[in-house]
Amino acid sequence: MLLFGRLTDIAGWHERPFEAPSLSALKRLIADQSPVLGAALDAPGVQTAVDQLVVRGDAVLAADTEVAFLPPMSGG
Amino acid sequence: MITLTDAPFDPGAAFTAFSRGRLASGAVVSFLGLARGEANQPAALELQAYSGFTEQAIGQFAAEAQSRFGLDDVAIVHRFGVIAPGEPIVLVMTAAPHRREAFEGCDYLMDYLKSRAPLWKKELGLTGAQWVEPTGRDLADIGRWD
Repeated sequence: MLLFGRLTDIAGWHERPFEAPSLSALKRLIADQSPVLGAALDAPGVQTAVDQLVVRGDAVLAADTEVAFLPPMSGG
Repeated sequence: MITLTDAPFDPGAAFTAFSRGRLASGAVVSFLGLARGEANQPAALELQAYSGFTEQAIGQFAAEAQSRFGLDDVAIVHRFGVIAPGEPIVLVMTAAPHRREAFEGCDYLMDYLKSRAPLWKKELGLTGAQWVEPTGRDLADIGRWD
């Protein structure tokens, strides 16, 4: 799992491995470990990418799937 | 071609390479963005990119610009990582049969890059750091093309 922008600072990390069968399960796992980060992942404007494709709603995760949480992009 | 790099780049060399050997294009336009270093401004900028995803998103937009303005070619070099004041951040180059398309394509791509490209910008100030989002002016600039 990868975090970008302000999410990196909220969590204190950029990349970390997790085991979860779905996106919703992953978010529940994160929210249990850190309610602050859990809320930040659900904040308006935060997009989710699974294996580099933006997804809406839930998604099934397999081994080595890359999940990224993308806060509003700031441009260059 | 879209290039993301965490090392300083030579805009002159990139421009020379991009311009070389063009027979159909009568115009090449370039825009170079630098990190500003004003008094009371951040000591440096940090840009975060999502390797693969960022290039893909910028590449898609470059392809759109290419067809919208009838450009022969587009090349973009963008820094990420920590960028010191005065260093180049972004170089956009467009080649077209005539200058108007080349100017407009370059302008359009810069407006996109400043507001919608998947990059996350942090200002590293003397008293701390903060993440920044597009300014009202950046959003107004991209709105000109809708």
